[in-house]
Amino acid sequence: MSLTRADIENIARLARLQLTEAEIPVYVDSLSRIFAFVGELDRAPTTGISPMAHPLPGLAQRLRADAVSETDHRDLYQQNAPKVEAGLYVVPKVIE
Amino acid sequence: MSAPAATVAALAKGLAAGDFSSVELTRSYLDRIQAAQPGLNAFITVTAEAALAEAAAADAARAAGKAGALTGVPLAHKDIFCTEGVLTTCGSKMLANFVSPYDATVVSGLRRSGTVMLGKLNMDEFAMGSSNETSYFGPVCNPWNVAMVPGGSSGGSAAAVAARLVPAATATDTGGSIRQPAALCGVTGIKPTYGRVSRYGMIAFASSLDQAGLITVSAEDAALLLGPMSGFDPKDSTSVESPVPDYTRTLGDSLEGMTIGIVKEFFDKGLDADCESRIRDAMRVYEKLGATFREVSCPNLPLSVPTYYVVAPAECSSNLARFDGVRFGYRCESPKNLTDLYMRSRGEGFGAEVKRRIMTGTYVLSAGYYDAYYLKAQRVRQLISADFARAFSEVDLLLGPTSPTPAFAIGAKSDDPITMYLNDIYTIGANLAGLPGMSLPCGFVGGLPVGLQLIGPHFSEARMLNAAHRYQLETDWHLQLPAAFA
Repeated sequence: MSLTRADIENIARLARLQLTEAEIPVYVDSLSRIFAFVGELDRAPTTGISPMAHPLPGLAQRLRADAVSETDHRDLYQQNAPKVEAGLYVVPKVIE
Repeated sequence: MSAPAATVAALAKGLAAGDFSSVELTRSYLDRIQAAQPGLNAFITVTAEAALAEAAAADAARAAGKAGALTGVPLAHKDIFCTEGVLTTCGSKMLANFVSPYDATVVSGLRRSGTVMLGKLNMDEFAMGSSNETSYFGPVCNPWNVAMVPGGSSGGSAAAVAARLVPAATATDTGGSIRQPAALCGVTGIKPTYGRVSRYGMIAFASSLDQAGLITVSAEDAALLLGPMSGFDPKDSTSVESPVPDYTRTLGDSLEGMTIGIVKEFFDKGLDADCESRIRDAMRVYEKLGATFREVSCPNLPLSVPTYYVVAPAECSSNLARFDGVRFGYRCESPKNLTDLYMRSRGEGFGAEVKRRIMTGTYVLSAGYYDAYYLKAQRVRQLISADFARAFSEVDLLLGPTSPTPAFAIGAKSDDPITMYLNDIYTIGANLAGLPGMSLPCGFVGGLPVGLQLIGPHFSEARMLNAAHRYQLETDWHLQLPAAFA
């Protein structure tokens, strides 16, 4: 399977990744090869086989009670934020 | 004090007997780390000051009669585990300035048992790689030959244990990231059953495959450390509520009557002939120990690499969506608007392989392709799991190679992702099926270590460690040291 430059630009946009001009042909080539490689899966007969939903047989994702379990750590967590002001995360203006 | 050759078991004994203090031991390892760091690059962060303080606390606990089996034993963590107040980078520019506000459950468990943290180990960026070449902090070198890769993604953990810069290290395995570097560096690696060890605080790559484990000198050391790391954790929704046995208790059990399966598909044309003969040698050791062999077939196993390269990137693209340049991590300079902030922060903050996997995953999950790729792969995954289940109805454990070849040269495979992905051809199956696996040193080819892989049924860690330990009582491959670090 062969991907085009437009395909890569579209995937990168969906994934919110800014690619450089030099990166685009590299990903056109390597993703095309990856999809040719995973195309092998078409050979496997899977009619009537259900998709695996959990790596351990018979188990499903556990749910917890919808109750508050954490205390407020805002100040601590915001120490890792690139930009905060008055306890708020600062981003460029969203509404013009 | 002969730190270099020591195992965790021997160090614990020495500490208990008062042969040396934890401070002395910690200092000797810090010296080794400092001397080896320029050549190997195994560490991203060395926490010397905190380590000496923890060691002093361990010595004080011992003096007060409050020491446990592991009190004062030094170790280091793969930099994928969050450590409170310490840089936690996951090998990425994206997190190059991230100081974790909390400890991963694995870290707090080992801390509670009295171990001393020496630092944080280098790794492939976000654990995506099989050679440790994708790290933002530069490649790690293989202690057996510094021109070679140590394997990945836990390359720092494997290289550090192989060079005895640490007696043991934590690691993680999504497609072979514990077992393959353990094999390439001549050390012991264990990836437990999915759900055995909590993933809380372990930076997520592919959540249905990721599992924390250990790289150690011996299976006995792995048995000592696995207990404190394991067990139910309400903070991880996939953690399994199943009691943790004392893994050390059954280490010496007889292997008489054990049936070991030889998976036909593991001995394919891709396996290096010299590596194969080392595996055959190991089989003779097991025969001597009373085990019998039976050939089994897992016909869908050859599809495990393509299955993995749909499922893992899909989960990676979802998990890594959290890195947005807003709450933590890298942010680009002077963003024009919110979209520009997202796109440039991610484009500049992630390395080439991580971007490749995010895009692969985004594509297989996108409208019109979800059924053809993602659901198809999850169906094939079911077939691969069923192959293993069928095999385990006939045998106790499976045995085969860990990796098709010994370590390869740094740079040799970095241009072709498919060639790199095929390094994990024998390890990925266990991740897809959630099974525990180990790699043990079983000899050398051209001066480079070869790894023997064991795979067991779900929650058979005790039996697997027993089989590994009995093998290590008969052989001394795991005690060999690279000349430069002896």
